[in-house]
Amino acid sequence: MKVCPISLPNEYDEGLSERKAIFKQYPQAIPGAFGITKTGTAPCKATCPAHVSIQGYIALINEGKYDEALKLFKQDHPFPGICGRVCHHPCEGECTRNEVDQPLAIRELHRFLADYERGRGEYHVPEITAEKRDEKVAIIGSGPAGLTTAYYLLQEGYQVTIFEKLPEPGGMMRVGIPEYRLPRDILAGEIQVIEKMGAEIKCGVTFGKDITLDSLKKDGYSAVYMAIGLHGGRNLGVENEDAEGVLQGVDFLRDAAMGKKVEIGKDVIVVGGGNVAIDVALTAKRLGAENVTLICLERREEMPAWEHEIEEALEGEIKIVNSFGPKNFFIDKNKKVSGIEFKTCTAVFDEEGRFSPQYDEDVCQPFFGDTIIISIGQSTNLEGIKEQGIAVSRPGGLEADPVTFQTPIEWVFAGGDAYYGPKSVVDAVWCGKEAAESIHRYINGMDLKEGREQNWEYVKPDVFDEVKKDRVKVRCLNPEGRECNFLEVSYGYNEEEAKIEADRCLKCGVCSECYQCVEACLAEAVDHEQKPETKEINIGSVILSSGAKPYDPEPLENLYLYKKNPNVMTSLEFERILSASGPTMGHLVRPSDHKEPEKIAWLQCVGSRDTNKCGNTYCSSVCCMYAIKDAMIAKEHSGGNLDCSIFYMDIRSFGKDYELYYNRARDREQIRFVKSRIHSITEDPETRDLILKYADETGAMQEETFNMVVLSVGLEVPDSSLEMAKRLGIEINKHKFVETDPFTPVASSRKGVYTCGIFQGPKDIPASVTEASAAASLAGAEIAEARGTDIKTIELPDEIDIEGQEPRIGVFVCNCGINIAGVVDVPAVQDYAEKLPGVVFTANNLFTCSQDTQEIIKEKIKEEKLNRVVVASCSPKTHAPMFMETLEACGLNRYLFEMANIRNQDSWVHANNPELATEKAKDLVRMAVARSVTLKPLRGKVIPVNKRALVLGGGIAGMNAALDLAKQGFESTLIEKEGQLGGMARKLYHTIEGGDIKAYLEKLNARVASEEKIEVLTNAAVVDFEGFQGNFATRVDINGGEDTREINHGVIIVATGAREYTPKEFLYGEDKRVVTQVELGDRLAQQGAADLETVVMIQCVGSRNEERPNCSKICCQSAVKNALDIKKQNPDAQVFILYRDIRTYGLLEDYYTEARKQGVIFIRFDRDNPPTVGASDDGVLVTVKDHVLQRNIEIGADLLTLSAGVYPSDTEDVSNVMKLNRNSEGYFIEAHVKLRPVDMGTDGVFLCGTAHGPKLVSETIAQANAAASRAVTFLSKDEIKLSAIKAHVDTDHCVKCLTCVRSCPFEVPVFNVATGEVEIDPALCQGCGVCACVCPRQTIQLNYYEDDQIMCNIDALLAGGI
Amino acid sequence: MRLDYPTNVKIIRVPCTGKVDVMHMLRCFQKGADGVYCVGCLEGTCHYNEGNIRARERVGHVKNLLEEIGIEADRVRMYNLSSGEGPTFAAYAKEMTEHIKALGPNPLKEKLKKAASA
Repeated sequence: MKVCPISLPNEYDEGLSERKAIFKQYPQAIPGAFGITKTGTAPCKATCPAHVSIQGYIALINEGKYDEALKLFKQDHPFPGICGRVCHHPCEGECTRNEVDQPLAIRELHRFLADYERGRGEYHVPEITAEKRDEKVAIIGSGPAGLTTAYYLLQEGYQVTIFEKLPEPGGMMRVGIPEYRLPRDILAGEIQVIEKMGAEIKCGVTFGKDITLDSLKKDGYSAVYMAIGLHGGRNLGVENEDAEGVLQGVDFLRDAAMGKKVEIGKDVIVVGGGNVAIDVALTAKRLGAENVTLICLERREEMPAWEHEIEEALEGEIKIVNSFGPKNFFIDKNKKVSGIEFKTCTAVFDEEGRFSPQYDEDVCQPFFGDTIIISIGQSTNLEGIKEQGIAVSRPGGLEADPVTFQTPIEWVFAGGDAYYGPKSVVDAVWCGKEAAESIHRYINGMDLKEGREQNWEYVKPDVFDEVKKDRVKVRCLNPEGRECNFLEVSYGYNEEEAKIEADRCLKCGVCSECYQCVEACLAEAVDHEQKPETKEINIGSVILSSGAKPYDPEPLENLYLYKKNPNVMTSLEFERILSASGPTMGHLVRPSDHKEPEKIAWLQCVGSRDTNKCGNTYCSSVCCMYAIKDAMIAKEHSGGNLDCSIFYMDIRSFGKDYELYYNRARDREQIRFVKSRIHSITEDPETRDLILKYADETGAMQEETFNMVVLSVGLEVPDSSLEMAKRLGIEINKHKFVETDPFTPVASSRKGVYTCGIFQGPKDIPASVTEASAAASLAGAEIAEARGTDIKTIELPDEIDIEGQEPRIGVFVCNCGINIAGVVDVPAVQDYAEKLPGVVFTANNLFTCSQDTQEIIKEKIKEEKLNRVVVASCSPKTHAPMFMETLEACGLNRYLFEMANIRNQDSWVHANNPELATEKAKDLVRMAVARSVTLKPLRGKVIPVNKRALVLGGGIAGMNAALDLAKQGFESTLIEKEGQLGGMARKLYHTIEGGDIKAYLEKLNARVASEEKIEVLTNAAVVDFEGFQGNFATRVDINGGEDTREINHGVIIVATGAREYTPKEFLYGEDKRVVTQVELGDRLAQQGAADLETVVMIQCVGSRNEERPNCSKICCQSAVKNALDIKKQNPDAQVFILYRDIRTYGLLEDYYTEARKQGVIFIRFDRDNPPTVGASDDGVLVTVKDHVLQRNIEIGADLLTLSAGVYPSDTEDVSNVMKLNRNSEGYFIEAHVKLRPVDMGTDGVFLCGTAHGPKLVSETIAQANAAASRAVTFLSKDEIKLSAIKAHVDTDHCVKCLTCVRSCPFEVPVFNVATGEVEIDPALCQGCGVCACVCPRQTIQLNYYEDDQIMCNIDALLAGGI
Repeated sequence: MRLDYPTNVKIIRVPCTGKVDVMHMLRCFQKGADGVYCVGCLEGTCHYNEGNIRARERVGHVKNLLEEIGIEADRVRMYNLSSGEGPTFAAYAKEMTEHIKALGPNPLKEKLKKAASA
């Protein structure tokens, strides 16, 4: 991560901080591993024929890492300086910056690197890591192709000789490219690198004359590479071409380059329009020609020369004449050329783009000059080549395979211009590289073609709002200064210019493939070659849990100023600000000025319950609670003086105990809740504070200023999930959530495909986790038969008895790459450990956790007969289990192991103080060694699992749980206190969605009755209970004690349900016209609503009050459901719902909207000012203060319906017998609200349905599925191995004071009257050690943390002095 | 997060602060530690229900005992944080170190030295 040069916004911090391209999502991420963000290959790298990691070296230039950049460049290309001057840079043509302004000066940037290298006077010579080999390779031609082949073959260890015909090496780079473009010392320097690598270059050796294939074979060469180039010209084939004064361009350039005297006249005509022609023209000018005219067939825009070269020619006062083809030369009487006649060229290419010039012979023009240089093409000199049987292609080049470059003679390879015609240096580099690979494969007898053809596709990022940055211009020698000399025209970039230019890079592929991470990782774990794979897996069921994304409020930027003012944040961004690991390390400051805010407003329902702005009409269910939470945390962070206001429509704190939290926020933490509608937000331009305009409950406009505004954004399903749903063929509802049925809440429309979490519908964490278990249960049921078929068991050797042995301790000190060794002097720690008492072996390892080190540890345990192992490395939390397994694998008890955390607790946190860190490491090792001596072998108790379940409660929850267990193959006993199954559901008719509960119940009853694996006991009550996980025994009385049954079972599912509260208020029970919602439902089903004119409903009866502070969750939807039912049956009936907050969470919001549309009138009342009810002959008179009108209104109702709350039924009895924890309202308590929402604190006991808290039928079913799922994870095991870290009593010294019995938070220690002893059952003990601490005689010890084991830790630590 | 904190803080691992005995804390002072602090979960979130509350009580008890034998009571402290609060951990380590440095060495240490030299 430190070496990665690419930074990008950190998604985990909502873009409020930066991360590197190589990253770990967040510190606690699982898996805790690093990944690299790669969107693909950058266009530059893909387009470059040599595929240089261009983005990589640019990123490294940005970081000032020039050596690394050079090294990276030279991995793929030997000539940064040469190509830095002469490359035609196709990469720049594809550069994404083209779409913004101008492409990056890619060529100039690597030229900068080469100049840097030259300026330093020391060239980077690639390290040859391969072993030296005996095989020799001959390369014919020292041009770029030949040199590149040598460069790569040398790196493979081969011996390479390059034979060059000319007196100096370099090929066309030496004799074809003029010096003003490519200075000779640059060329020489880069060729020298290849010589330094070991290449032998023999100049003046002509192939076919001085050497032949036969002679080379005789000399022991294993392969030959022919890269002889195109050093001949092409003739025009017109009259008098052989006259004096007519020259060939290639020859002319070569002679000029080699310093030969070339005679030219004052007026020079160059024929040709390619790069060579331009070089010829400019060279002629530099050699003293006064007028140089370049004449070519092509039109200006068709000229084959590169545009920048043409421009340079024009700058050099070269006259360019287009669209003429040579007809014949004029000669004077001395047969010396004096001019040339041209005919007009009407077209150069035919319709298919082939070269096929057409002329108009009638329009001709003469040009006069004393020297005419023909530069229309190049050819290979094949003298002495054909004769050796080397194949020649039709255009007159060498013949070879286009991928492997192997010629028909298998040990001869060919490439470069001689193979493919005139191309640029970088093409030759590509070709040479490929040839080297082929030759290497050929010599090693490998397949030449396998995996060679690579598809170089590239990606371009979105440049939508990219800022324009002009390309840094290259400073050049002014045109006058270029006359009559061969000084280099371009100066290239200096360091500053290079950095400015490099900074323009758009990082197209994100990861730049600079490979710095590969080098930094000592474990060699980074692999850039990994590719996405498509795998086919056979599966029995699918679970869709792709979740949601927060609503993006950017479309509403004008309303909320989001993104316009940095002090307006989404709730998720704000949470990152609050997080201790967030961008401000948990320091609450606002983004605009990093000052602590004094006043923050939360705006609820942004992206939820919104019909006109975003279209998400549902309620996101979670925003009220997280806003309250964030406000509380913000207050805590700021020391309590922060003014927090939450602007809302309804506060929906409907979850278990959520209302208590809301009350605490409002009453104790003084968080202000403002029922309002937001009108607008404006900015104070000076302070960047936000001025909020809103309509309060009475409709009056208010204005208030805040330092920050947090948008409580809702949840929505991302498009990717919808695409997935489409692919899988499952139905999606209108809100884009998976369509489910209320009676099968986690099943999708396609059999075998299940869903859970927010993709199912908006919900909080506990509900999501519950549904996850539910989906697992149903998915597992489909494949229950396959359970356990794919398990591998590990065979362990018998345990070595260490009883009576002296301690023999092995200490393994870990370097952790450089994580520890970079700070702590590891060898010194190892030396220190060696001298500690009991230590018989020490080692230091690069990575102690690696597989091979495990083998070493095993070996040493056996060899050295170690009976204790200490590893000084990292956290036991993450690594101890693995090392303990290593011990077990060689028969050593796993508890004879101890760790010293010299990384997380030392090198990482004391990186600035290596000396003290080393001393601390010694202290920690000394403590660990001392403790290890005191360790004893421990064995966890193994208990068998009784495979039967006991399900308490025969309502919808209990029946579903029992049926699920049966489907998974487990038997159960279902206990119902009533005479028949069904519970509360027997009183209900339909769900709000219209699901027929009665029909469903009937079906459920039938399924239970016909299921052999379920035993139903009705009129049954639990009277006695004992045992522990896997082994419970319960006694049940049937029919009031007529019969008694003893049931042995492994797990319990508690589903005892709830009932409707029987109101004491509002004349209930006194006036028959006052009913509850359940009773109303019954009436509507039995009698209809035709006789009802006015119905009033009062919400929160028996809920959200002093006595029962929590919300009953379901009453709002019950009221809406019945109101809609009344309206359906009798549209003229008036329905009033008097409420405090309407809590139609999730998709229930639709029904609330519908009710309002149908004319149901909702009137809010205040907690402190509830409605009053009086009876009269005309009806029930309800008086309520209307908040909008600010006055009392009186409604006469035919029927007053009370939304009576949900109360748990009979939990007290069950709780007393089974010792299960309940909350103050009587609901059973789950083990952990979020992490274990259907487990109870006692192992092996699970919970579902309304016994856990009020909930809807659909939620009950999901929770029942979940409880069954959790029970199955338990029942599917034959035995349970418990942790050995348990407390035990030394009964000999115990004085039975029973302090432990009173102190244990889990009520585990018991006084056994029969034996007269205090006993701690290891199956029940949680291992916290409280009893061991409170025992006045220290007769209780906690295994692995016995007093002497802690004391020796302290003593060893302090023995070193502090 | 690799947050820097003073090297003189050394951690003794226990399953729960509820396992930290008065005896363990006193032993630290007896053997020459200048300060001792227990770091438990936030109150109300103990995995074992109430271990951290017991620890807080025991730390209070040790404070009284230290006072009785003439050692500054504030050499022992109780801190609470959640496992996700690395920066807070580092902050407490610094706070405690500075606090103990201000108090100076454990007076028992001098006696220990004398005893050793005698």
